[in-house]
Amino acid sequence: MRVRLRVDPIKCKAHGMCGELFPERIRMDDWGYPVVDQRALSDDVLEHARRAIVDCPRAALWVEPVDEPGARVRPDDSD
Amino acid sequence: MSVSTDVGSTSQRLLPARAVPEDLDAHLAGFGPRPHLEAVAMLDALDASGLRGRGGADFPTGVKWRAVREHTGRGGDAVVVANAAECEPASFKDRFLLTYRPHLVLDGLEHAAEAVGARRVVIYTTKSHTDVEAALRAAIRERRRRDDSDRFIDVLVGPNRYVAGEETALVSRVSGHLAKPKVVPPRPFQSGVDHLPTLVQNVETLAHAALIARFGAPWFRSVGTERSPGTALLTVSGAVRTPGVLEAACDTTVGDIVDRAGGVDGEPATVLLGGYFGRWVAADRIWNKTIDALSLQSVGASLGTGVLLVATATTCGISETDRVLTFLASQTAGQCGPCHVGLPAIAETFHKVATGRARPAAIDLLVRWSHDIRGRGACRHPDGAMLFLASAMEVFAADLRHHLKNGSCRYSGQRPLLPIPATDAGWW
Repeated sequence: MRVRLRVDPIKCKAHGMCGELFPERIRMDDWGYPVVDQRALSDDVLEHARRAIVDCPRAALWVEPVDEPGARVRPDDSD
Repeated sequence: MSVSTDVGSTSQRLLPARAVPEDLDAHLAGFGPRPHLEAVAMLDALDASGLRGRGGADFPTGVKWRAVREHTGRGGDAVVVANAAECEPASFKDRFLLTYRPHLVLDGLEHAAEAVGARRVVIYTTKSHTDVEAALRAAIRERRRRDDSDRFIDVLVGPNRYVAGEETALVSRVSGHLAKPKVVPPRPFQSGVDHLPTLVQNVETLAHAALIARFGAPWFRSVGTERSPGTALLTVSGAVRTPGVLEAACDTTVGDIVDRAGGVDGEPATVLLGGYFGRWVAADRIWNKTIDALSLQSVGASLGTGVLLVATATTCGISETDRVLTFLASQTAGQCGPCHVGLPAIAETFHKVATGRARPAAIDLLVRWSHDIRGRGACRHPDGAMLFLASAMEVFAADLRHHLKNGSCRYSGQRPLLPIPATDAGWW
């Protein structure tokens, strides 16, 4: 299943952890809020994505299937 | 199928021939009783009509109603909300329609409730539109006295804030929470008011649906274009001689519409189309374009909420944009960082450029920021505001450089053209 990373902008309070943990796909804007690459996650970055999701202090990150926008997948189901 | 005289005429369908509010008797005399349509027939008629939402999104109405009905089928209940929030400062068309033809909107609302299987029916307006609220309550009382209908239509009044009419904000308010947007999905058709599938539909769209139910899809399509059939309500203002709300078939040109509003007092230079989430376009690029969606798309514009505002060369586009941007920044719900931190930063920087207190690099910064915050809010508030800004920076590029250097221009001290309303501080 192809998935992409999403951020809940209401939950996010710019702690900045995700940018540290997943710099391959997340950069910070000038105000410290994450800009998330919307492309599907390739296998080689899944572990970093998982780490960003579980370590977000606001639990603001999740992955959704690319062809089923809106559906949430637990980070450990993404195989 | 009888068609009364003003309904039959080609481009005056929603608005009455005389500007007198229609009570139930006048409504029934003109249109006859609301026909009973099976849900399937109503949905088929909507699909065939090609009607699209007139609240700004231009989404196919039939598709929207079907999506709600499909979700109703799973749980057995749904909610319909008529959106009469009209928080767009330069738009008056929804209030105009509700003042003069409330019963046509209420007919459409009842059709919608029957088609999607909703028990709860609400019409949602905002605090500043007190006259509309009164007209609606009177119209609903009239129907209840007359009628057979056991369906109770509730009137709900939300705060007058720019984003309070946004679909998820409205759903939140009707559910008893603050009128702030939510992250989608779930979208209202999946889980809306009180977690029920919810249809949120602009009031003009509902009035069109009521006419389609009576006169059929081929009649609806008999004016307008393939892509944008029927007529549309427009609020024409700015430097026109007789600003106001008018109705035009969707194959009418911008120039003809402006002529119907008395023509321009001066030489038209730019047009703001679609409201404060819309775009500025040079007048000569758009004058001969029809208001059909594809035609407007060819110049990067869309009809949005039906706002058509004309400015002349003696309007300072930079000062106007500056004020609107400050207003939009003040209207953030304060939930999403890119919006509630980003928008004020952008508005402040633009203000510095407009008043000649910025370095030239500030213009590049504005361009970068405006791209950066798009798509990063729960709702489309930052996207809409940035669409407006980007078009202003394109159309008024030379003026912006002039302001950066000189702090003002010949016309920047003039009376403002674009309205900035007083809004509520709260979200309830």
